Amino acid sequence: MAKDDHAPSTLPKYSSTFTPEVNAEIRRAAATGIYDIRGGGAKRRVPHFDDLVFLGASMSRYPLEGYRERCDTNVVLGTRFAKKPIELKIPVTIAGMSFGALSAQAKEALGRGASLAGTSTTTGDGGMTPEERGQSKTLVYQYLPSRYGMNPVDLRKADAIEIVVGQGAKPGGGGMLLGQKISDRVAEMRTLPKGIDQRSACRHPDWTGPDDLEIKILELREITGWEKPIYVKVGAARPYFDTTLAVKAGADVVVIDGMQGGTAATQDVFIEHVGIPTLACIREAVQALQDLGMHREVQLIVSGGIRSGADVAKALALGADAVSIGTAAMIALGDNDPKWEAEYQKLGTTAGAYDDWHEGQDPAGISTQDPELSKRLDPVEAGRRLNNYLKVMTLEAQTLARACGKNHVNHLEPEDLSALTMEAAAMARVPLAGTKWYPGMPGTSF
Amino acid sequence: MQTYDLEADGLRGLNAALQSQSQTTNETAWEVINPRGSHAIAVGLDAPIEVTVKGSTGYYCGGMNAQATVNVHGSVGPGVAENMMSGTVVVEGDASQYAGATGHGGLLVIKGNASSRCGISMKGIDIVVQGNIGHMSAFMAQAGNLVVCGDAGDALGDSIYEARLFVRGSVKSLGADCTEKEMRPEHIAILADLLERAGVDAKPEEFRRYGSARTLYNFDIDNAY
Amino acid sequence: MCGIVGLFLKDKSLEPRLGEMLTEMLITMSDRGPDSAGIAVYASGEAGQGKLTLQAADPGLFEGLDTELSEALGAPVSLRIKDTHAVITLPEAQMAEARAIVKRLRPDTRVMSAGEIIEIYKETGLPGDVAKRFDIPHLTGSHGIGHTRMATESAVTTLGAHPFSTGADQCLVHNGSLSNHNSLRRKLARQGVTVETENDTEVAAAYLTWKMQEGQSLGEALESGLDDLDGFYTFVVGTKDGFGVVRDPIACKPAVMAETDQYVAFGSEYRALVNLPGIEDARVWEPEPATVYFWKH
Repeated sequence: MAKDDHAPSTLPKYSSTFTPEVNAEIRRAAATGIYDIRGGGAKRRVPHFDDLVFLGASMSRYPLEGYRERCDTNVVLGTRFAKKPIELKIPVTIAGMSFGALSAQAKEALGRGASLAGTSTTTGDGGMTPEERGQSKTLVYQYLPSRYGMNPVDLRKADAIEIVVGQGAKPGGGGMLLGQKISDRVAEMRTLPKGIDQRSACRHPDWTGPDDLEIKILELREITGWEKPIYVKVGAARPYFDTTLAVKAGADVVVIDGMQGGTAATQDVFIEHVGIPTLACIREAVQALQDLGMHREVQLIVSGGIRSGADVAKALALGADAVSIGTAAMIALGDNDPKWEAEYQKLGTTAGAYDDWHEGQDPAGISTQDPELSKRLDPVEAGRRLNNYLKVMTLEAQTLARACGKNHVNHLEPEDLSALTMEAAAMARVPLAGTKWYPGMPGTSF
Repeated sequence: MQTYDLEADGLRGLNAALQSQSQTTNETAWEVINPRGSHAIAVGLDAPIEVTVKGSTGYYCGGMNAQATVNVHGSVGPGVAENMMSGTVVVEGDASQYAGATGHGGLLVIKGNASSRCGISMKGIDIVVQGNIGHMSAFMAQAGNLVVCGDAGDALGDSIYEARLFVRGSVKSLGADCTEKEMRPEHIAILADLLERAGVDAKPEEFRRYGSARTLYNFDIDNAY
Repeated sequence: MCGIVGLFLKDKSLEPRLGEMLTEMLITMSDRGPDSAGIAVYASGEAGQGKLTLQAADPGLFEGLDTELSEALGAPVSLRIKDTHAVITLPEAQMAEARAIVKRLRPDTRVMSAGEIIEIYKETGLPGDVAKRFDIPHLTGSHGIGHTRMATESAVTTLGAHPFSTGADQCLVHNGSLSNHNSLRRKLARQGVTVETENDTEVAAAYLTWKMQEGQSLGEALESGLDDLDGFYTFVVGTKDGFGVVRDPIACKPAVMAETDQYVAFGSEYRALVNLPGIEDARVWEPEPATVYFWKH
């Protein structure tokens, strides 16, 4: 039979299981024999703060006027044991990012922006640089399994110490920095040969478990004269247990990083398949603190996918004392800016999707150690952008708090929220909009 | 000589007193009595003083030491001289796991045996153990020298970077990427110096040297293209 | 996550001091385990007599139990109440029968241990307080094991406290965290072995009991455990005449042992051992990974 060119035909049909993305990864794996490594946090869609809305004031509650009627944003961290708790003007801090993962200029810019905004910044898996200490009014020093660059002089220069047990991008995994970024200076700070693919340990070298951690915390306090708040940071996996054990081990502050929290480099399979969303860990952690009688005595910082003042306000309403930003701060500095589109194209990607931070070729000059690329970032100008962004986040959070009639952002409560999806209702333990019910609500059946 | 009774006067007072000594202090000799296995004894010191602990200690004795000399007349718990920067820590007895972990400098001498993970993640410290060491010692060791006059346990030097390991006795097994290396004159010289400084009567020629095969330094990629 | 202490006496003259020495050791481990504490002691009784340790949230339940049990068994029974626990002494040959009768007479009591000479006491609270409630310092015996608990994932309850009894005159305590206890619990359930709590340690205890029911010795069961139990652990086990220690192959959780002519002692930290007589001259060492140690009278 002759072929009829005009007969209707089926369209090519892509599989929902074997998507073009999946197939490309299979071909890449088959060709190279190594797992995919990338930067950033989980990119898949997960229930998030967008699925919650505030119940503004109207007849039963009374709102506050913008600007005129005060709505405070300050927060004090480390009130449990430390002689010198940290006082911040805003409840948004900058998360740990290493010199090595980021350029010295980017680290300096983070310090400048955070200091202008009245908040803290945090070192990373690579020690403390003078640029960073110099530009950061309040600096949190991370204590990691690798202990790269760890020394008592820097420890005493810090304003707080963050013991990192895990991070949201990879709970149960260690750090990674590939050879392209192990420059002379990075190699020297980490006592490593230049150009190697560095893998950090996943457990601390001299303690395992909360019973040992209690002794490690004692040692750090003894070395620093009991002055500095001790944070314990965990990746979100079992937030109730992890929070309980961090408190029992003696933490002043607990930091929980959800699965959207970024990393400089790790296996994609780790980023997308280990850990739980940020939204799902806050109530669990707060519950643990409340059960111990420690809510607000031990402060809770939440991170992973915080982007706006709305996210900040919602995290605080669910019981956090502050939030931390990493990826958002990098974007504020200039990461993934469309103005570098031509160069992103050359790297086989596009602005907004670039996540090969481990390769050190960042056109924006942020996640790189290349001196020429690094020069593209002006630390003063980038610091100003970060400060602006932090200011907007704070104003947004205040706007929402005032709408709910609060004279301090930390007076927001879970009861000020309503959920738009069943998933968000269950995870945030906030009623589905228009109902008095959420899945898993005590005394109800699903 | 200042004598401090740890049981009577408490840990905070001891560390505060020792940490406040300056470069030019006249109070250079300290004796700590009744340590009774306590943790974090003589941590964070940063002056050329000499502290003698009369008895056994718990975790992290001499942690983050700089400049000071700490002598323990007893055995030490986990993490002795962890992250030491400089100075000397000498243990008359045995050491528990993680001895000298992540140390950047200075000399740690253990006259007895050290247990597992001795010199884990070491970053420049010199460690001399007169007895044996336990499993997973020098795991991810980055720099410095680990000298073992007795035997080494399983998985010595697993994922090692550029630290040098010298063992006089047997090695139960080598870890991933750790290999025996040639003992050249410069290594004999380094070892002879360390043995002398540690007060050990042993011939450098009796030791074998182990280090990184450097096959794990970069991800092993079989690129088909 | 926890603290463990253990004492196995070689010198009989120390036996009157067992409870006192173990209590001191236990209290030094309070920081490692502030949630609950427990102790197992082995004290020989009369020939042919066995001991059943019961626990009840309401000690009023123990009232009259000796008379009722004695009638049901047709044998003499004595009962010693210590706070929430009671130790019943009865003819050893009738132990199984007695347990069934107690279950019927007092369904709200739990068996902490059963055997010829073992007694187990455990409760929530700080180790010093728990020791006081049960008057542990005045206990005598040939060997004993104590535990202080910092709960990891299961609840802080009396039944979640260690030691766990693993069979007649046997008990187990644990420091660490098992990573395959849920599937093992289901596997044991299919074999008819029940585990009462969500606690990972109880699964390990039940596993050893099951292996021994299958004909293995305790040493062999511990060896099998090295293959079947995943995660981090230091176990100390007690039997009628012996005391054993095993660590997982990674062996991160601390363990210190001391031996003299008078005793063998175990502590999670050296601190636990400092008051023992002659500790200055004891042989002090750390158990090797994946190695079963055992001492017997």
